Amino acid sequence: MSVLNHPPTGLQPILKPQAHHAPGNFITKYIFSTDHKIIAVQFLFTTLLMMIVGGALALAVRWQLAFPWESMPIVGPWLFAAEGGQISPEFYTMLFTMHATVMIFLVIIPILAGTFGNFLIPLMIGADDMAFPKLNMLSYWFMWPAIACFGLSFAYAGGPAAGWTSYPILADLAQAAPGSGNAQTLWLFGVTFIGFSSMMGSINYMTTIINMRAPGMTFFRLPMTIWGLFITAILQAFALPVLTAGGFMQVADRLLGTCFFYPSGLVINNAAPTVGGGQALLWQHLFWFYSHPAVYIMLLPVMGMVSDMLSCMCRKPLFGYKPMVISMSAIASLGFIVWGHHMYTSGMNPAVGMAFMVATMMIALPSAVKTFNWTATIWGGKLEFNTVTLNCIAFLSMFIVGGLSGIFMAAVPVDVYFHDTYFIVAHFHYVLFGATLFGVFAAIQFWFPKMFGRMMNEKLGKTHFVLTFIGANGTFFPMHFLGMQGMPRRYADPYLHGYLEHLVPMNQFMTISAIIMGLAQILLFINIFYSMFWGPKAGRNPWNATTLEWAAPSPPGHGNFDFVPMIYHGPNEYAVENGDKDFLMQSEKECLPPDKKHETDTDETETSE
Amino acid sequence: MGKGWCLFFLFWPVAAVASCAMAPFVNWSFPYDNAQAASNLGIRIDGLFYLILVITAIVFIGTQAVLVYALWRSVNNREKRAMHIHGNHKLELIWSIIPGVILLFLSIYQMNIWADFRIKKYFPEAAVKAPLAEVTARQFEWRFRYPAIGKKLQQKPQSDDLYSVNELHVPFGKPVLIQLRSDDVQHSFFLPALRVKQDALPGLQIPVWFEANKPGIYDLVCAELCGWGHYKMKAHVIVESDGEYQKYLKNLTQKQFYDGLGKIASKDSSRESEAAEK
Repeated sequence: MSVLNHPPTGLQPILKPQAHHAPGNFITKYIFSTDHKIIAVQFLFTTLLMMIVGGALALAVRWQLAFPWESMPIVGPWLFAAEGGQISPEFYTMLFTMHATVMIFLVIIPILAGTFGNFLIPLMIGADDMAFPKLNMLSYWFMWPAIACFGLSFAYAGGPAAGWTSYPILADLAQAAPGSGNAQTLWLFGVTFIGFSSMMGSINYMTTIINMRAPGMTFFRLPMTIWGLFITAILQAFALPVLTAGGFMQVADRLLGTCFFYPSGLVINNAAPTVGGGQALLWQHLFWFYSHPAVYIMLLPVMGMVSDMLSCMCRKPLFGYKPMVISMSAIASLGFIVWGHHMYTSGMNPAVGMAFMVATMMIALPSAVKTFNWTATIWGGKLEFNTVTLNCIAFLSMFIVGGLSGIFMAAVPVDVYFHDTYFIVAHFHYVLFGATLFGVFAAIQFWFPKMFGRMMNEKLGKTHFVLTFIGANGTFFPMHFLGMQGMPRRYADPYLHGYLEHLVPMNQFMTISAIIMGLAQILLFINIFYSMFWGPKAGRNPWNATTLEWAAPSPPGHGNFDFVPMIYHGPNEYAVENGDKDFLMQSEKECLPPDKKHETDTDETETSE
Repeated sequence: MGKGWCLFFLFWPVAAVASCAMAPFVNWSFPYDNAQAASNLGIRIDGLFYLILVITAIVFIGTQAVLVYALWRSVNNREKRAMHIHGNHKLELIWSIIPGVILLFLSIYQMNIWADFRIKKYFPEAAVKAPLAEVTARQFEWRFRYPAIGKKLQQKPQSDDLYSVNELHVPFGKPVLIQLRSDDVQHSFFLPALRVKQDALPGLQIPVWFEANKPGIYDLVCAELCGWGHYKMKAHVIVESDGEYQKYLKNLTQKQFYDGLGKIASKDSSRESEAAEK
């Protein structure tokens, strides 16, 4: 394990103290911190905690599908003593609603933008912190009101019952889903708070990336990670206001009777007919105008991070850097005009559906280009199978499935059959779990030494990977078959319908796989907490990577760099010919000739210089 | 160890392809024992599905195989350093243009099916002229309103309309059109056997046409979350010959207008004659 032992050529150490004042006591340092690295770690632990919650909810859903109406083990008799431990259909609705809500809004979006965005942006572009450190702190602390709202709506107010898509009329009028009165309103407030949090983050990221790049860091020298986060921030900033507005309209409908989303004459639950003038379809347009770009918000940062990690692990420059950037931008811009593919069967004008279909088909193209480029990056590399590599390959392997099954869904006539069946559930789990979460596992393993100064355990990491990979495929691949059979999603008991009766054994297999996958996550937590304290110490650059964060100490101190960062190269200069080592850091002007070796001195002596 | 991991990443695509290949034989493919769609349009949709399946299967096998081979090569790379290459303009062009052409072909190819299915101009005329029934979804059942025998379906319910719940009878061999609406929240009219799905939007009436080509009893389910009882909107569509269908309507008329004294026929015929006079 070689360490960056010397100040890279051409760098000057920082002599004067930090521009902004150093953190003071425990509270300003670890709790209300404005340091982007601490905030990133706060986001990391919060989202991992939420991942446990979301995973538990998923397991409860899986339990009901495999063993309908049977007492849930362990928690069943305690939660539903009155029903003999059974999950009621109302509770089942709450379960899948909250599973999606937690996983999307409290795990994936914040772990990507919040954790890795926060941690990596200043370090990779050579800034000492974010442009707006206080805003950054607020963006973390706005997560908690959201968590409180979601938690209250679930535990106290009776549960939101309209799915994470919150379609009116079910979500719009309290009488449509008895018991969801305050819960749905609280849920909407939760979404609004998490929206504030994301928005503050995205403004900060954009400003930081545009204004605070180190000298020499041109846009086309930005690491792919930064490109992913940058484009994501732009997507957030443009799409999120629409969801927030829609959310407020729905809250107004619920509390003030403004009737944006419900028409006249509906007789719901024997209540008096509604007097309205609105249209339920409007919500779907507003919602998907945000939530389709949100799919890319949940994917692009991972694509960027995997590009960097894969290139480092293969010891080979990223194949097609510019095509990668262009295809990422293409995905983002096309991502704004494909929201209608969620609505092929919604009753919107079918001709419009056709236009959305063409755009959706075309968005498969940049994704394909990216896949080919990643494969070409591996080709001719010098690879070592460590946990990071394995998770990256899993990302690629499963993203291919998710991407290809998307083509079925893009084809309108075929989608009509697959819409709201388990086929779509399989598709987005392959993308969001298969691609995003495996990418996140890789990223945790990869940047952990920079975050905490210690390496993660390889054996635990590999075991976690194998179990998760098998569990994930065992859970999600059969979902395609359920979809083929026409099993609709969000059914508490699909076996009520004759044509689905024979699917019980398959669902039981999937549930067992899901339990394996869930249990495997315990290893991840053990690994994280064990390695934080007892892992082997990492030097500055344990992976021999090229990007700027690896030139900083591990973990970087307040203000990040102990030298003035200057950028001389693109981000992935591996396999350098005629050098003393096979990589050239972005901050190094040139490699030393191969015969000259550096004296090895430790990190400590260097910092004491 | 490298070999083991390569096999690991090879194993799962093989398992995936194998399970897909055996799907039709173990009842994992389309519903009703992998039966053909019960409508001609459904068969065309399945055709499109199989076309995409073949294309994606080739791409899937190709990419996974190349991926594993690339992994195999890089793990066993005996060179001192990896290949120093930043990209290849020609390759980028090739692998943008080929998928682009395939995707464009797919999008144009499917337009006809979609137009026949959903665009009103292309609906079969016979079906549009005489809609079969009005389907009203509500929490948590399906209600059907047929016009009286020999009459046309009116926008507003008529006194002689026939009603049924959770059981829709449809003649086969001719296109039928239903008017889909919802009484309360959003629902979705999903007929897996005919590959038909259409959301019922509150406040709108949406025409849906289909043509069953063989008799049978098919499940009708709700595919849009509509509340806690979403899963139990269980109904059937009974596809039968035209004669049987007419008989069913007659039975329904008798049941509905039976006054307890056995005077159905007279009431029925007087109504019919009234209608004829008009």
